Amino acid sequence: MRGRWLLILAALLLAGAIVVTRTVDNRYVYFAGYGILQYVVLATAWNILGGYTGYVNFGTGGFFALGVYTSVFLIRAVKAPLPVQIVAAGLVAGLLGLGIGYLTLRLRGTFFSISTLALAVVLETIMVNWEYVGGARGTSVIRPAPMVPFDNYPSFLFVVMTLLALGAVATAWLIEHSKIGRGFAAIRDNEEAAECMGVPTLRLKLLATTVSGALMGVAGAPFPYYLTFVDPVSTFNLSYAVNSLAMPMVGGTTSWLGPVIGAILLGTVQQLATVTISSELNLLLVGLVLVAFVVLAPEGILGLVRRLARRGPA
Amino acid sequence: MRRNRSRTLAWTVASILIGALILSSAWLGPARAADPIKIGFGMALTGGLAGNGQGALLAMQIWRDDVNKAGGLLGRPVELVYYDDQTNPATVPGIYTKLLDVDKVDLVVSGYGTNLIAPAMPIVIERKLVFMGLFGLGNNLKLKYPRYFQIAPNGPDPAGSFSEGFFELAAKQNPKPKTLALVGADAEFPQNALVGAREHAKHHGFQVVYDKTYPPNTVDYSPIVRAIKSVNPDIVFVASYPPDSTGMILAAQEVGLEPKMFGGGMVGLHFTSLLTKLGPKLNGIVDYGFWVPEPTMKFPGVDEFLKKYQPAAVKAQVDPLGFYLPPWAYAMMQVLGAAIEGTKGLDQQKLADYIHAHEFSTVVGKVKFGPDGEWAQHQTVTIQFQNIKGSDAEQFRQPGKQVVIWPDKFKSGNLIYPYSAARK
Amino acid sequence: MFSLDLLLNAIVAGVLLGGFYAAVSLGISVTFGLLDVVNIAHPVFVILGAYTAFVLNNAYGLDPLLASLLFVPLFFVIGIGVYQVYYLSFEKKGESSLRGLVFFFGLLFIVEVALLLKFGVDYRLVEAPYIGRSFQIGEVGIAYRLLVPFLVGILMTAAIALFLSRTFYGRAAMGVAQDALALRLMGVDPVRIKTIVFGLGIATASVAGALLIIISPVEPSIGRAYIGRVFAITVLGGLGSIGGTLAAAVILGVAESLTSTFSGPSWSLAVSFGILLLVLAVRPAGLFGR
Repeated sequence: MRGRWLLILAALLLAGAIVVTRTVDNRYVYFAGYGILQYVVLATAWNILGGYTGYVNFGTGGFFALGVYTSVFLIRAVKAPLPVQIVAAGLVAGLLGLGIGYLTLRLRGTFFSISTLALAVVLETIMVNWEYVGGARGTSVIRPAPMVPFDNYPSFLFVVMTLLALGAVATAWLIEHSKIGRGFAAIRDNEEAAECMGVPTLRLKLLATTVSGALMGVAGAPFPYYLTFVDPVSTFNLSYAVNSLAMPMVGGTTSWLGPVIGAILLGTVQQLATVTISSELNLLLVGLVLVAFVVLAPEGILGLVRRLARRGPA
Repeated sequence: MRRNRSRTLAWTVASILIGALILSSAWLGPARAADPIKIGFGMALTGGLAGNGQGALLAMQIWRDDVNKAGGLLGRPVELVYYDDQTNPATVPGIYTKLLDVDKVDLVVSGYGTNLIAPAMPIVIERKLVFMGLFGLGNNLKLKYPRYFQIAPNGPDPAGSFSEGFFELAAKQNPKPKTLALVGADAEFPQNALVGAREHAKHHGFQVVYDKTYPPNTVDYSPIVRAIKSVNPDIVFVASYPPDSTGMILAAQEVGLEPKMFGGGMVGLHFTSLLTKLGPKLNGIVDYGFWVPEPTMKFPGVDEFLKKYQPAAVKAQVDPLGFYLPPWAYAMMQVLGAAIEGTKGLDQQKLADYIHAHEFSTVVGKVKFGPDGEWAQHQTVTIQFQNIKGSDAEQFRQPGKQVVIWPDKFKSGNLIYPYSAARK
Repeated sequence: MFSLDLLLNAIVAGVLLGGFYAAVSLGISVTFGLLDVVNIAHPVFVILGAYTAFVLNNAYGLDPLLASLLFVPLFFVIGIGVYQVYYLSFEKKGESSLRGLVFFFGLLFIVEVALLLKFGVDYRLVEAPYIGRSFQIGEVGIAYRLLVPFLVGILMTAAIALFLSRTFYGRAAMGVAQDALALRLMGVDPVRIKTIVFGLGIATASVAGALLIIISPVEPSIGRAYIGRVFAITVLGGLGSIGGTLAAAVILGVAESLTSTFSGPSWSLAVSFGILLLVLAVRPAGLFGR
């Protein structure tokens, strides 16, 4: 029942996005909106692994960048269209997730986290030294014409990203309401007990890292056309790792809604801060918000709301 | 019952947030159209290039104050609207669309650096705006946009201009040096400089015996320097950013690397902090330069500009000498200002035509643009550090420490060759 | 290009670098290895230590090492403060280490921005009579700029190791990770032990910072490059083993140095992390872990 309502809401949001592109001429909205939606995907992707199973990924930047560079490679080599880039980025990043999972998931959580950090560094070194996709100097990308109903590319990308965000959230929702999701929760609560009860923990964890990685790669696929310029500094930026961690923490990690709330809230604040108060205070903001939430409201906004609801008439 | 209630609350919160987002974008609505001429840009105020970016901003603010004191442009005051791009190219499209669509600025100029100019190009091209680029390398090579103007002395061959003087002087020496080692950081500028260096090397017939790059956060440069020393090159060309410039120089001294010519495209050696801390260790190094306080480079207005810049820089905690980027940022605004006064308006087409057609007199000399917006002739000079004694900062304000050795037009001294002779 | 003395020099340079890496990783080895606290913010405290040394060196010409020693008590107190917040917010409630991780991440940014606001983005260096000089032992050249941090790194490791094995607090610290209950039964307050040990970890950051700025110029954001390195070294060495950290640091330093010299510096960082990934896949306890 609920699923059907959500589907209708999703369709409405997509339609809304398309309507916005026809009525609002202010391009800033598209660029800022793209950024926020991108974080919805990244935060949701991160949460599938981090929030549901409890394994912290510090290498979001690496997976995201892999998606970006897959797109660049395909554009360079065969001038592939955007949908092909998106699918390919998802596949490649998903494979990476599978690989790193297979290498390290038999270990404790902290070892997994550290290897994701190491992985991001190795990936960055490879991209910096690969001249075909620009290397350290970066490379320019020329946009194709936008698809028919759209008259400028940024608004087209905005709708694409809305679609991707809805897709990511749908994936999270499906996982949550399935046997897989319950398996994840069992791993998060007590992995050893879950194993004893016959939950196939390794297989589930591998599924989580693959799906999580794939979605991060998908988030990166439209990036070359968004910026028309790709270089290691913008793609491997630490802010991706920090934000994709902070947003689910702020919103709440146990449900698909948490990362969405966190992404919209933190993402909007950061976008606004970039063009208003500007400067290093932006970073300070992230730090303070992170610390405040983690110390005072560890279950995020969802947790706060739940607590308030519980205090209502019993 | 409780679960439904908490879910409802969660939904309410979510919808409020989404609503707030939509409302806030409406709040970011049109700024009041008013009297001042607004010039907008993003600038690297934090992140890797902030050391230069903050200096550039200061210079642009001094220009604004100078112009406003003289009555403004077209009789209207000038206002600068800027945001920090954090040296992250991903912020640039958002910044420029906000400037244009929300803040409704009249003109835009670029931030600092090739990678931060590139993402703004599609936006300015789409709206057919005049765009001044500050120290970008080849941003317009592929795009060939007729309203782009580069403020950097690179000239038509940006990558090659950094090292042209270096290699030309090397080739003139008698006996002519034979072997060359190339080394640099895995980052944008050093890679570009190395591309140019390789071409010059081929042109002059030098044999390259070492050609490697290193990651920018390398801690110890002595293995690299030793590897270079082991192949005994006559010339060593280094393309680096400030931390690695320092690292390579210290390592070279410790390992005892003394080729016949040493230097290249080493950024950062113009900053006060490195000039004073490295001091005499810099003697003999040949580097590229854009502006130095030599008598051959006393362009009109540059001394007055520096007199205003230097005290302000100390207060703002930016590089207090200000020889590297600030004069160019000031010159960039001078060109734009002159074009506005010259065409008596803000029409982008007329401005572009005017800038293409005229030669401008700025604090960095006479500026004339080629068809693709690069300078018609490049003005990168080659300098050699000479006679630096101790770590006193005042000596660098005087001529004679960063001597221009190439080209003849700006030459203020001779190359001391070989490298070891300059270090006595 | 391959020659014996090049190889020798590369190894020696790597060992010296390793000593420095050990000094930086010591704090993590102590707090993560013994207390299981994932203090991702440690590198930014090292940068803070670099700046405090810079300030005294710049203003009074004081040798950076001496300056850092003066600040050690302050850093110890800071460490205690940070741990108190961490403990009260997380450990006491038995929260997962995820939240603690995020707390330290936030702390990393806060300290970095504070440094940015105070000191700006310019690179800072220190001056000391031994920077830039070197001496030769046969074919091998040794720069004081690297020798001094190496020696100090070894000394620090030895001092911490001695503290842990010989003193009461030290031995209690080794025990607190394994069996806090047993400690309590012996009349020792595990929280007090952990607080002191964490403070010690941060105190090492003060000295490590001075070593950092002796070796190369510093600006507030370079700490991020070290996050991966220090955790890689601690894990490679094996959690809970201080000697293991030193060994791992030297191994990493030598690997970086050899790659730099013979195959190309671009890959040196990747090589270190490649080694880490390999070790994790083959022997997750690290080299000397328990």
